Amino acid sequence: MVIETQGLSKRYGKVVAVEDLNLRIEAGEVYGLLGPNGSGKTTTILMMLGLTEPSGGTVRVLGLDPVREPLSLKKQVGYLPDSVGFYSEMTAWENLAYIARLNGLPRAEAEARIARVLERMGLAEVAHRPVSAFSRGMRQRLGLAEVLLKEPKVVILDEPTLGLDPEAAQAFLQMIQGLKAEGITVLLSSHLLHQVQAICDRVGLFHKGRLVLEGRVEELAQRVLGGAYRIRLGASPLEGLQARLQALPEVSRVSLEDGEVRLEATQDVRPLVARTVLEAGAALHSLALEKPSLDEVYARYFQEVRHAA
Amino acid sequence: MQLSAGARREGSPWTGVWAVFLKEVADHLSSTRMRILEVLILLSAVGAVYAGARTLQQTVSEDPFLLLQVFTAAQDPLPSFVAFLSFFLPLAAIALGFDAINSEYNRNTLSRVLAQPIYRDALLWGKFLAGLATLALILLALFLLVVGLSLIFLGVPPNTEEVARALLFLLATLAYAGVWLGIALLFSVLFRSAATSALAAIAVWLFFALFWGIIAQLLAQAVSPYDPFRPESELRQAEALVAFSRVSPNTLYAEAIQVLLNPAVRSLGPVLITQLQGALLGSPLPLGQSLLLAWPQLTGLIALTLLLFALTYVLFQRREVRA
Ligand SMILES: Nc1ncnc2c1ncn2[C@@H]1O[C@H](COP(=O)(O)OP(=O)(O)OP(=O)(O)O)[C@@H](O)[C@H]1O
Ligand SMILES: [Mg+2]
Repeated sequence: MVIETQGLSKRYGKVVAVEDLNLRIEAGEVYGLLGPNGSGKTTTILMMLGLTEPSGGTVRVLGLDPVREPLSLKKQVGYLPDSVGFYSEMTAWENLAYIARLNGLPRAEAEARIARVLERMGLAEVAHRPVSAFSRGMRQRLGLAEVLLKEPKVVILDEPTLGLDPEAAQAFLQMIQGLKAEGITVLLSSHLLHQVQAICDRVGLFHKGRLVLEGRVEELAQRVLGGAYRIRLGASPLEGLQARLQALPEVSRVSLEDGEVRLEATQDVRPLVARTVLEAGAALHSLALEKPSLDEVYARYFQEVRHAA
Repeated sequence: MQLSAGARREGSPWTGVWAVFLKEVADHLSSTRMRILEVLILLSAVGAVYAGARTLQQTVSEDPFLLLQVFTAAQDPLPSFVAFLSFFLPLAAIALGFDAINSEYNRNTLSRVLAQPIYRDALLWGKFLAGLATLALILLALFLLVVGLSLIFLGVPPNTEEVARALLFLLATLAYAGVWLGIALLFSVLFRSAATSALAAIAVWLFFALFWGIIAQLLAQAVSPYDPFRPESELRQAEALVAFSRVSPNTLYAEAIQVLLNPAVRSLGPVLITQLQGALLGSPLPLGQSLLLAWPQLTGLIALTLLLFALTYVLFQRREVRA
């Protein structure tokens, strides 16, 4: 177990930021922390690094206690904060050299590593330019370069794609996936659900400081969406069609979205739907089975929470 | 919080101090604000020394402590070199420290730095020592400049005791600068905005430079009022005044350098005639005796610095890393 928390909680005065968190992340996993703003993701991450002290419970990262053994822990864990800043009057190289010295790397080793990580992040050409001239995307890549500088076993990224354009975000996620290939355990928090879905082995959903859902995306879909088959249908005219579809015994839900019909059913009822459309005398444009998406799980979960409240 | 685990934590609190120190010194030496300070201090020092040397050339013939006189001699519109230093040095120290920690917050670099294998102490120590080293560098350069200039103007090389006294004076000045660096560092933790921190530090400096003398007087009068029927009450009041004014680092520094630079000074504070019995008035005190006399003031300055540092440490330890 690379990261393990037991009954972890953090209170700021009366505000409960994290409560009774039990998290287990295995070696080589990519784990995504999700949740609305202020749900406790950053606080959890800070406690794992010993940057803020827990009010209760325990954390172990690589078997080390962040409160008692912060130095050996931080030697092996890379952290990219949600708002990365650099010394803007210094160059990219100088910024990394400072971090290398703080890590106690010998000079020759540090230089070789700096050259390597800058090359890897595509920053070799701008290595000797002051960071003040860097774009948001370049800074973010420099941040990841710094994380890789200490050749970490665990990498913790807080909203790594924040403020990146779609293409840069995609490239960044690919770099993160590259880490998994090297056997590095990755914990990341994000609000971009489809991206998280694309790269994370497992996700945990935070709500008001509690971990309310956890597992593989398919498992969550099964649990939250009730294991439904989701079918998207394009047909015209739609009049009367909705009622007919609703009448099918396997169909549990019919809704209209953007001029399309969305069905939830207990089985793959595409042939039946097609027949129904044709029997109704309508034209069939498209018919597709949807893969469950994290966006949907997320939206549905919080919809239910609101209903319950 | 973090302090509770302090005794049991692994590794050395000094891990990384050297890295922080080197970076900060490099930052200081290349910063524009340093340039400005250098020019300011340099101009005033040269002016003061020139004026002092001119006065001495005209008036002094046989004085064994000519160099020390250069430090303290003033010619009318210009104050002495020492007066200049005690005026500018706190400002220089404040300029080097007022944004030490809050700038790390404001640039979002703090969480990145603290995610490296170092303790928070290392960051504070590194920054403090870097500020002190930079000030020491300025002082040393100034010192050599003054010695060189007085050689040119007066043509008399300083003797060993003079050099020793001058170096001790430098150390005292460094301790005094340390106090202001400590105050600046404390405010850089206390206030999130660098401008507020600078203003607050300057306010403290003004308070001690301008108002503390008056306040100490009022306090002394309140604590031990003068009673015309009890002659000893006058002495009590004078003693109270000295005690109150010694709360100010400025007083401590002024007393220390008075003793170190002027071998004729035999005691500090109010003196009774009976205490002077057996003392040869006007004869210079040996260096060891002067040092002994200035010792409480010097340790006071150092203790004050350490106290400020400890306070800063405790506050910083309790700060959340995120802005
Ligand atoms: N220093 C602090 N003092 C008081 N409350 C705080 C402090 N820091 C965080 N909180 C509170 O803790 C809760 C959790 O915050 P946290 O930053 O962990 O959320 P998050 O999930 O990272 O949110 P986001 O998605 O916006 O980054 C919030 O309610 C926040 O207001
Ligand atoms: Mg956050």
